[in-house]
Amino acid sequence: MTKFTAIPATVAMCIASTAYAADLEVTHWWTSGGEAAAVAEFANAFNATGHNWVDGAIAGSGGTARPIIVSRIIGGDPMHATQLNHGRQAEELIEAGLMLDLTDIAEAQGWKDIVNPPGLLESCTQDGKIYCVPVNIHSWQWIWLSNEAYKKAGVDVPSNWDEFVAAAPALQEKDILPLVVGQQGWQTNGAFGVIQVAVGGADLWSEININKSVEAAAGPEMAKVFAAADTARQMSANSNVSDWNLATAKVINGEAGGQIMGDWAQGEFAVAGKIAGEDYTCLPGLGVNEVISTGGDAFYFPKVDDPEITAAQKELASIMISKEAQVAFNLKKGSLPVRGDIDLSAANACMQKGLEILAAGGVLPSGDQVLSSDTTGQIEDLFVEFWSDLSMTPEDAQARYADIIASAD
Amino acid sequence: MPRSKRPSGLLRNLNAKIAAIPMILIASVIFVGCTVWTVVHSFTKSRLLPKMDFVGLDQYERLWSTRRWLISIENLAIYGLCMLVLSLVIGFVLAALLDQKIRFENTFRSIILFPFALSFVVTGLVWQWILNPDFGIQFIVRNLGWESFTFDPLFNPEIVIFGVLIAGVWQGSGLIMVLMLAGLRGIDGEIWKASRIDGIPKWKTYLYVVIPMMRPVFITALVLIASGIVKVYDLIVAQTKGGPGIASEVPAKYVMDAMFSKQNLGQGFAASTMMLVSVLIILIPYAYLEFGGRRRDK
Amino acid sequence: MTSKSLIPNGPRPRRVITGRNIMLYGTLILVCLYYVLPLYVMVVTSLKGMPEIRMGNIFSPPVEVTFEPWVKAWSTACTGLNCDGLSRGFWNSIQILLPSVAVSIIVASVSGYFLANWKFRGAEVFFTILIFGAFIPYQVMIYPIVILLREAGLMGKLSGLVVVHTIFGMPILTLLFRNYFTSVPEELFKAARVDGAGFWGIYFRIMLPMSLPIFVVAMILQITGIWNDFLFGVIFTKPDIYPMTVQLNNIVNSVQGVKEYNVNMAATLLTGLVPLTIYFISGKLFVRGIASGAVKG
Repeated sequence: MTKFTAIPATVAMCIASTAYAADLEVTHWWTSGGEAAAVAEFANAFNATGHNWVDGAIAGSGGTARPIIVSRIIGGDPMHATQLNHGRQAEELIEAGLMLDLTDIAEAQGWKDIVNPPGLLESCTQDGKIYCVPVNIHSWQWIWLSNEAYKKAGVDVPSNWDEFVAAAPALQEKDILPLVVGQQGWQTNGAFGVIQVAVGGADLWSEININKSVEAAAGPEMAKVFAAADTARQMSANSNVSDWNLATAKVINGEAGGQIMGDWAQGEFAVAGKIAGEDYTCLPGLGVNEVISTGGDAFYFPKVDDPEITAAQKELASIMISKEAQVAFNLKKGSLPVRGDIDLSAANACMQKGLEILAAGGVLPSGDQVLSSDTTGQIEDLFVEFWSDLSMTPEDAQARYADIIASAD
Repeated sequence: MPRSKRPSGLLRNLNAKIAAIPMILIASVIFVGCTVWTVVHSFTKSRLLPKMDFVGLDQYERLWSTRRWLISIENLAIYGLCMLVLSLVIGFVLAALLDQKIRFENTFRSIILFPFALSFVVTGLVWQWILNPDFGIQFIVRNLGWESFTFDPLFNPEIVIFGVLIAGVWQGSGLIMVLMLAGLRGIDGEIWKASRIDGIPKWKTYLYVVIPMMRPVFITALVLIASGIVKVYDLIVAQTKGGPGIASEVPAKYVMDAMFSKQNLGQGFAASTMMLVSVLIILIPYAYLEFGGRRRDK
Repeated sequence: MTSKSLIPNGPRPRRVITGRNIMLYGTLILVCLYYVLPLYVMVVTSLKGMPEIRMGNIFSPPVEVTFEPWVKAWSTACTGLNCDGLSRGFWNSIQILLPSVAVSIIVASVSGYFLANWKFRGAEVFFTILIFGAFIPYQVMIYPIVILLREAGLMGKLSGLVVVHTIFGMPILTLLFRNYFTSVPEELFKAARVDGAGFWGIYFRIMLPMSLPIFVVAMILQITGIWNDFLFGVIFTKPDIYPMTVQLNNIVNSVQGVKEYNVNMAATLLTGLVPLTIYFISGKLFVRGIASGAVKG
C-alpha cells in the first residue's frame, strides 16, 4: 500500500482555499490496495484542478455501502458523487429526481462517440438523459488455470471447457481439486453465467436474460447448460472455501486446476508474482465463446442546490472519462477502459486478450445491466443451493430457474 | 404492588410525568410509527425506495413460497432455543462462581466479557479459522494422532448452525454473566446467613431462594438474549455468509438481503412484518401476565 | 462507601486450598480457555508477517515477532485515499461515544425509575411497546428514521446521531433499569417519601447509589454498542466525523484484493481496547449494593 496520496492531498488543501474551489465528498467502496491506488488517480486529477476531493470510502459493496448511500441521498444531505454499479440499480433514484443530469457535458464532449462498447452509456441513460459516468469494464467471462497443477497431473493445460472437463480425473488422482468455486451466491451465479454463455452461446443468454424467455430457460439448450453446471459442481465439490480470493489462492498454489472468476482475479496473480502464460493461463469465455461481459462501475452525482458544487460535479465527471484518467485508473485497477481510443500497451497478456475481444465487438451486457437486483438475488440463492446440495437435480434447478425468469423484471 | 397508585391530577407528580416524555415519544413516534410504516409498505411493491404502490398479499405469497425463508425460520428456532438455554445457564453459573468471593474476580470477569467488545467481522473470521477442518481444531487433533477425528461444523449443512452457536455463545454469554452478577450483588446478604443457619445446601438456596428473587433480572436477560437472537445477522454474515449453500440462513439476513442487495424493500418489509408478528404473539401474553392479570406479591 | 460494601456476596469460603477451591478455580480456568482461545489466535496472528500466515498453522506462536501490523492498523492502513489508519477516527469516536452514552443512559435510567416507582395508568402500554421495539431489526427502521431526521433538520449532525443511539438503546436499557429498581426494597422508597423527598431527590439520593452494578452493566452495553457501531455512524454523519469503525470496516472488510489478516486482527484488537479497558476499570464499581445495610440503619 502506498503513501503517495498524502502529499497531493495536502497541496490540494492549500489550493482549495482559493476562490472557486469546491469540496466534493465522494463515496466509493474501493478500499483494497490496488483499488485505493486506482481511485487516487481520479482524486489527484480532480485536486489538480483546484478543487478538493473529500474521500468517503466505505468497504463492502451491496449490503454495506448501498443502504448508506441511499439513506444519505434520501436524507436530503447527499454526498456529491458516488460509485454504483451501472445498470439498473439507480433507476429509482433517477426517477425520484435525486440525481444530476449530465446530458449537457456528455453532449459537449461527445461521450456517445468515445464510449465503447456503447451499451455502457446506454446503461447510464434514462429517458434520453445521461445520469452517470462509466469508468471501467469488468468482465466475468474468464477461467483461470494453474499451469503448475496440470504439470503435476501430467496433462496439458486445457484450452477449452471440454478439455478442462476431460482433464479433471487426472487432477483428482493427484488430490488436486479440478475446479474451485467459492461457496457464495454471487460466485456460483457468476460461474453459472459464464458456463451458460460458453455452453449455450451468447444468443441463448440474451434470449433468457434480456428477452426473459421462459421457453428458452426451460428448453433443451438450457438443459445442456444445467448438465454442464452439474459437472462443474461435482468437480468443485469439497471446495471448502467461501471467499473468492481464497479460492484464487488455491489456483495460485496449484492446489486447484482452475477457477471461473472475473478479471479482478488477475490482481491476485499479480500480487503473488505470477506471470500470465507462464504460471497461469486465462481463457476468455471458457475458450469456447470468447466474449467480454461489460459489467463495471460507474459514478453518479446526487443533485445539490449549490451551483458551484454542481459545476464541480460536472468537472469531476469529465475528468473521470478523460483519456489520461482512464489509462491511469484502469492500469491500477486491472480493468478495461471505457473508451476505445486509447493505448493500453502497458497491459499484461490477459488484459490484451480482453482488449482484442472488445475491439472485435465480442461484448455482452452484464447481468447487472439487464436483470433487476431482485431477480439476480433470487438466481444467486438458487445457485448457491444448487452448488452445495448435490441432491438437487439439474432438472429441479432448471425448473426453478425458469420460474424465476418467468417472474423477472 | 405498584407504588405510585395514588389519586392523581394532571399536575401531581409533575416531575415524573416530564421524565416520562422521552419514553412516550420514542415508543409512540419511533417504534409504533416505524412499525406501522413497515407493515403498510409490506403490501407494496417498493423496490429501492419506499413507494405507495399496493400489490396486496403478493410479497407474502412469495415469502412463504421461498425455500430460503423456510430454512431461515427453522435455523432461527434451533439457534434460538440453544442460545437461550446456553446463555442463561452459562451466564448464571459463571456469575454464581464469580460471586464466591474469589481472587482475581475482576480478571476473570473481564476475560469472559471481552468477546463482547470485538467486532463481529473478525470474530466470525477467527471462529471460521478455528473451525476450519484444514487448519483449525480438526487439523490439530489429527496431528496429535487421532486420524479419523472429524470436526467441520461450518462445512456440514446438517450442523453448521451449531458452529455459529459456538461463536454466538462465546460472544454473548459474558454480558449475561455480568447482568446476573449485578443481580446477585443486589441480593440481601442476610439470605446466605439465614440459609446457613438453617443448614440448607447452597445449591438449594440458589435454586429456591435466589433465582426466584432475581426474577426481574432473568426477565431482562431473557429479553436481551431473545432480541439478540431475533436480530442475529452480523455473526452469520461474518462467519458463514449463510452457507454452505443456504444452510445457515436466518430471517434477519433474509430481510437485509431483500432490502439492500435485492433492492426489494417490499419483500424485506413483508419478512420483517412476519418476524414482528411472531414477537408480538409471544410478547402480548407476557405483557398481560406481567401487568394485566394478577399482581405478583413481593 | 464502607469497606463492607466491597465484599462480594455469596457464602464465605473457609480455607485457601480446599477441594472446593480447586473445583472452583479449575472450572473458571477451563471456561476461560474457551473464551481466551480465539483471543490467543488473534494476538498470535497479529504478530506474524503475511508469509507466515499463509503457511498455515493458526495456533503456532509467531516465529518472527513483528509489530508492523499494529503500527499499520493504527497509523498507515489506507481507507480509500486516507492512509492514516484507525488513528483518523479515534477522536471522532470519542466525540460520538461520550454524549451518546451519557444521554442514552440518563434518559433510560430515569424512564426505568419512573416505571418502577412512579408509574401512571397506561405507562405499561408504552413500556410494552418499548420492549417490542427491542426486537425490530434496526436496519428495517433506517429509512423512516432518515426521513424523520431530515424533517427535524438533524440529518448529518452529531446531535442526530446521539438521538439515534438514544432511541436504539432505549428498549433494553429501560427494561434493565426498571427491573433492577423494582427489586430495590420498597421500605427505602417509602421512608424517603415520608421524609419529603421528591422524584429527583429519591432518584439521586437512593436509587443512583444503590444501583451501581446495573449502571455498570448499562455502560458496558452502551459503550460497546456505540463504540462498535458502524452503520449509524456512517449514515447519520459525514466523513469529517466518521467514527473509527468506518476505518475498521474498511480495513477488515475490503471486498477485493489480498486480505491482510494480521492487520485485520491488530485493528480489531486495537478497536476492542477501549471497551475492554472500561470493562476492567468499571470492575471497581461492581460492588454489592448497600441495600441491606441501609434498611437496617
